[in-house]
Amino acid sequence: MSDKNPLSKEQFAEYWRRTSNLMWTLMIIWAIFGYVVPFFAAELNRIVIFGFPLGFYFGAQGSLIVFVVICFWNAFAQDKIDDEFGVSDE
Amino acid sequence: MAMKVEGGFVANLGRIYAWYTGGFIGFTIFLGILEAVGVPNKVIGYLFVFLTLAVYAIIGVLARTAQLSEYYVAGRVVPAFYNGMATGADWMSAASFIGMAGSLYFLGYDGLAFVLGWTGGYCLVGVLQAPYLRKFGQYTVPDFFAARFGGNVARFWAVVVLITASFTYVVAQIVGVGIITSRFLGLDFQVACFVGLVGILLCSMLGGMKAVTWTQVAQYIILIIAYLIPVIVMSAKVTGVPIPQLMYGQALEKITALEKTLGIALPHAAAYPDGKGGASALKMWNFLALNLCLMVGTAALPHILMRYFTTPSVRQARMSVGWSLFFIFLLYFTAPSYAAFAKLEVYQNVIGSQMANLPGWIAEWGRVGVVGACDAPNAAQIYSMCRGVTGNNDGVLQLAEFRINTDAVVLATPEIAGLPYVISGLVAAGGLAAALSTADGLLLAIANALSHDIYYKMIDPQADTKRRLITSRVLLLLVALIAAYVAGVLGADILFLVSWAFSIAAAGLFAGIVLGIWSKNTTNAGGIWGVIAGYGACMIVLVFTEFYGPAFKAFLANFGIPVDIVRIRGREVGYILGINNISCGIFGIPLSFIVTYLVSRVTTAPSQEMQDFVESIRVPAGKVRLAEGAQAATE
Repeated sequence: MSDKNPLSKEQFAEYWRRTSNLMWTLMIIWAIFGYVVPFFAAELNRIVIFGFPLGFYFGAQGSLIVFVVICFWNAFAQDKIDDEFGVSDE
Repeated sequence: MAMKVEGGFVANLGRIYAWYTGGFIGFTIFLGILEAVGVPNKVIGYLFVFLTLAVYAIIGVLARTAQLSEYYVAGRVVPAFYNGMATGADWMSAASFIGMAGSLYFLGYDGLAFVLGWTGGYCLVGVLQAPYLRKFGQYTVPDFFAARFGGNVARFWAVVVLITASFTYVVAQIVGVGIITSRFLGLDFQVACFVGLVGILLCSMLGGMKAVTWTQVAQYIILIIAYLIPVIVMSAKVTGVPIPQLMYGQALEKITALEKTLGIALPHAAAYPDGKGGASALKMWNFLALNLCLMVGTAALPHILMRYFTTPSVRQARMSVGWSLFFIFLLYFTAPSYAAFAKLEVYQNVIGSQMANLPGWIAEWGRVGVVGACDAPNAAQIYSMCRGVTGNNDGVLQLAEFRINTDAVVLATPEIAGLPYVISGLVAAGGLAAALSTADGLLLAIANALSHDIYYKMIDPQADTKRRLITSRVLLLLVALIAAYVAGVLGADILFLVSWAFSIAAAGLFAGIVLGIWSKNTTNAGGIWGVIAGYGACMIVLVFTEFYGPAFKAFLANFGIPVDIVRIRGREVGYILGINNISCGIFGIPLSFIVTYLVSRVTTAPSQEMQDFVESIRVPAGKVRLAEGAQAATE
C-alpha cells in the first residue's frame, strides 16, 4: 500500500458524495421497514395472506428479509463505487 | 511456520467444517441408536454436553497462540462467510436460543420488537461502522475512541461503557449456561455456573480471538441444526409441509379462531392489543423505543464490532456483515413459528382436556418445573409451577389452571413433535453452544479492554509481547471468575439485564463511533462529552427508576414529567412517560448525539491532521494516517 493519499481532493469529495448517497438511501429503507411499518402494524393486520396478518408478517419475517438485503446491497454497491475509483483494498 | 499452518487451515475451511458437521450429525444418529437400545436419557444428556464441550476445548487448544495479532484479532485472516457464522454464534445468546420463542409465545406481536431489534441493528453496523473500523485496523473499539478523540481520556470513557455493558451481559450469559447445565445434568445451579465457566475458559484462554473465532463457527453449526430440526418436524406433523417459516400462517389462523372460543383478550397476532379490541398507543411507543434501543445497542456492543476487525480486508468486512445477519436471520425468522406451533398445541390439545388425558410432555416438563397443570388442589406437589394457583378440581384443565415458563417452548417442542429424547439432548447442546459462544465473546471484549487499553496503553506502554499476553490471560481468568461468582449469587431472575446492556452501550458508544467517522467537525471534547452524557443519562435513569421509583416520580413531578409506577421484579419501578426502563437508551441516545454536536460547535475545530485521519479511514485503499499523539497498536 502506498503512503500517499490515493485520491485527489476532488476525487475524494465525489467518492464520499456517492458513498453518502448510498448510506442515506439504505438508512431510509431501513427506517421504513424498522419503524414506519411497525407504526402501522394494527392497520396492516387487517390484510391476511396465507394466514399471516400483514403487520405481523412484516414484524416476524418481511422486515428481516429487507434487512438482510440491505446489508448485502451495501456490500455490492459500495464495492462497485470502490472499483470505479480504484480504491478497493483487495 | 505458524503462518504456514494457519494458511493451510484457512484454505481448507470448507472441507474441515463440512467434515465436522457430518461428524456431528453422525454422532447424533449414534446417540439415537444408543437411546433405541435402552441407554438411559440421563447418559445421553451427559454425552451430548461433555462431548460438545470437549470439541470446543480441542479447538481452543489447537488454536493456541503467542502472537498478539492472533490473540486480539485472529490474525485478520477470517473470511467473510466464516466471520458471519462466528458473529452469529457470538450474537445469539442463551436468551435468543431458549428464551425468545417463549417470549413470543407470551407477548405475541409485541414480542417481535426483539426479533426486529436484534436483526435491524446489523444494517447500522454494515452501512455506518464495520468497514471504517476495519480500515482503522487496530485491536479494540476504545482504540478508535483514543485515535479519533485525542487520546487516553476518550479511551478511558469508552472502556467504562464497554465494561459496564459487557459485564452486565456476560453475567446473564453465565446464568444461562448455569440453567442449561443444571437442567440437563441435574447439578446444583451454582456448581453448574462454574462447570460452564470451565467450558468458556477452555475456548478462549490459550488462543484469544483466534480460538474463539474457530470455536464460534463450530458452535454456530451445532446451534442452528439444534434449533431448526424440532420445529421442522413439528411443522411436518401439524401442516404436512416441513417449512415452519411458511406454514405457521395456518397455525396463526387456527390460534385466532381458538382465541375467540377461549375468550382471550390479547390475541397473538394483534399489534399492541389494548384488551378491548383496539390498539394501545403506549404499547406501540414502547415497542418502537425498545426496537430502537436494541438496534442501536447492536451497533455499539464491542464484542460484535470487534468481530469485524478480524477480516482480511474492508471489502470482506462489509460482506461479512451480510453473512452475519443472514445466519442470525435463520434463527430469528424461525422463532415466531416455534411460538405459534406451541400455542396451537396448548390451545388445541391441552386446554379443555381431561386431566387424565393430558399430552405426555406436560408431565415430563412439569417435573423439571417449566410447565404446570394446576387443576387438583395438591397440584403444587407435582408441578412446582403451580405454587399460588388454585384449580377448581373438576378434572378438566382450564386456561387459568395452565402455567408455562418461557424456556418450555423450545425445550418441549421435540417431545410435542413426537421426537425421541436424543433431539432434546441436541437442543440442550445447541442452547449450551449459544450461551458459551456469547459468553466467550463478551469475556474476551472485557479482558482485551483491560489488558490492551488500560494496562498496555495507559499503565505500561513498554510491556513486551509476552508480558501483554500473560496479563490478558490472567485478566480473562479473573473477570470470568468474578462474573461466575456474581451469576451464582444473583441467580436466574436477572435475565432482564440483557436489555439493559443494549441500552447502556447504545447510549454510550454509538454517537461517538458514527459521528467520529461521518462528521469531520466532531471535536475531541465533543466526542468525550457525548459518551459521558449518554452513558450518564442512561445509568441515572436506570438506577433511579429501578430502585427509587416512587421518589424519582415525585422528583420528576416538579418538572411536569409524568412517571408511571409498575410493580415488577418485586420492586416499584418507575416508567418515565410510561416507557419501560429497559428502553432507557431512548433518553441517552439522542442526548449523546446532541451533546457531541453542541460541544463540537463551541470547541476548536479538529486539526488538519485529524481531518486527514478521518479521510484516510473513509477510503479502503491507502495507509491510515493517524493524527499526532495517537500511536498505532500494531507493533
